[in-house]
Amino acid sequence: MTVKVQAREEVLTALELAQRELGHIPRSLMTELAAAAGISVAEVYGIASFYSFLSTNPLGRHVIRVCKSLPCHIKGAEAIITSITKASGLKPGETSPDGRFSFQLVNCIGACDGSPAIMIDDDLHAGISTESIPAILERYK
Amino acid sequence: MPEQRIVLRNCGAVDSRSLDSFLKRDGFEALKKARGTAPDRTIEEVKASGLRGRGGAGFPCGAKWELTRKSPGDQKYIICNADEGEVGTFKDRHIIQNDPFSLIEAIAIAGHAIGAMKGFIYLRAEYRRFRGLLDTAIEQSKERGFLSGFDIEIRDGAGAYVCGEESALMDSIEGRRGEARFKPPFPPTSGLWSKPTVINNVETLMNVPPIILRGSAWFSSIGTERSKGTKVFSVAGDVERPGVYELVMGSHLRELVVNLAKAKEPNLIQIGGATGRIVPVTMLDTPLAFESLLGAGAITVFNNSRDVIYVVLRTMEFLAEESCGKCTPCREGTAVMVGIMERFASGEASERDIANLEALSRTMAVSSLCGLGQAAPTAVTDTLQYFRNTYESRMRKEPVGVKS
Repeated sequence: MTVKVQAREEVLTALELAQRELGHIPRSLMTELAAAAGISVAEVYGIASFYSFLSTNPLGRHVIRVCKSLPCHIKGAEAIITSITKASGLKPGETSPDGRFSFQLVNCIGACDGSPAIMIDDDLHAGISTESIPAILERYK
Repeated sequence: MPEQRIVLRNCGAVDSRSLDSFLKRDGFEALKKARGTAPDRTIEEVKASGLRGRGGAGFPCGAKWELTRKSPGDQKYIICNADEGEVGTFKDRHIIQNDPFSLIEAIAIAGHAIGAMKGFIYLRAEYRRFRGLLDTAIEQSKERGFLSGFDIEIRDGAGAYVCGEESALMDSIEGRRGEARFKPPFPPTSGLWSKPTVINNVETLMNVPPIILRGSAWFSSIGTERSKGTKVFSVAGDVERPGVYELVMGSHLRELVVNLAKAKEPNLIQIGGATGRIVPVTMLDTPLAFESLLGAGAITVFNNSRDVIYVVLRTMEFLAEESCGKCTPCREGTAVMVGIMERFASGEASERDIANLEALSRTMAVSSLCGLGQAAPTAVTDTLQYFRNTYESRMRKEPVGVKS
């Protein structure tokens, strides 16, 4: 991707775009962004590492985010985590070798009326059960 | 006190993708009225209504607008804070998803009142799926000429709870790490790019069009002496009917969690998410208002089977992860509290741990940079007050031997 950043205020937006298009923020891009915005590479890295939706390590094509906050936890999030591990072979924090999924545990995603809830990419899956996990994952290739 | 729909007036009644369905319900009438009067009069109306910020802090909305209007400078900004991240909150999601046009109208009214030609909506990353809905609503409103001379830009968050704090939010819009700023200066004098700025929560803004159309006298007749209007709550946890409810300010906690949400054997209730208050079931008759208990409206109910210590531990782990790390009391304090709570959870804690929790709570409350750190010890101080026996029963029973 090409970097079209002219001002420092555009750095975060550019990082968000890179995350969407490339699945992570490569070192070369951070160097390029720093030069274009007139700030240090350290500062760009500081931004990229601050936000939980940005990653400097390659992530899978689809990111599974399971809410681990209290409202989901008491409604069975632990069982959902176990069944995702069973269905995908991934433990929280891992990315599949074929690059299909990354599996993360995250803080409240604002879907507590449908606990337990997970997000895959931008999509919300709420009110799910352990049995529904394989079919949900099947939709993301 | 009853349920009353002011903020949620259009939820379920309009098609959130259709401007025409919004126009049939007085859509953009308040903006027309505001643009036909002097901005000072609009501000007077909002001041007289007694509307206070719904993001948790409760600052008078009209006063914020007035300070910003009076600040010198041609360039001013209005920011809609749609970054609700408090554990258990989903009220603003419900509003955005069901009534995006009212929010846009309210931002435009605020912009007109304070003299801003540009508005931002800072949308949390977890709500990115509503980006298309909001984009369409802004486009439709522009095409039909309702936003003439005013521009609204959506900025996506990238996953950071602290960015719901207004100064961290502004840093994020400026493209930086979302870290809290030293105050003063406050946003009305020096906010986004050091320009006078108003930051209002989604729910606060949603109250503005009805206030303009129906008048401040109507609005201020609702609620309590110091809390006017209604409050929107999101209720989750051990309840049969989790969801979003709007009640007149001053309604009792019992009406919300027992009568409406149908709580089952509640034992403790967290009011306002991770930085919110924790109260025992004996306090169900407390009124929900700024002068008693309120927060941003996230209510999580825990029944008799839930462990108080575990609730506090998880709450503290959340805050330790989400602390931006800029100031020491919050960054270190939350981490130390996690360690102490782990000792209570494993039965390793001693009397000294309670003393340390109490001392640390005071330090964090007075010396943290922003609301996150200042309010971070709330779960600890409340449970030490109401559930002290639980802490004491979880301390190490045997005297400690000296390790060689």
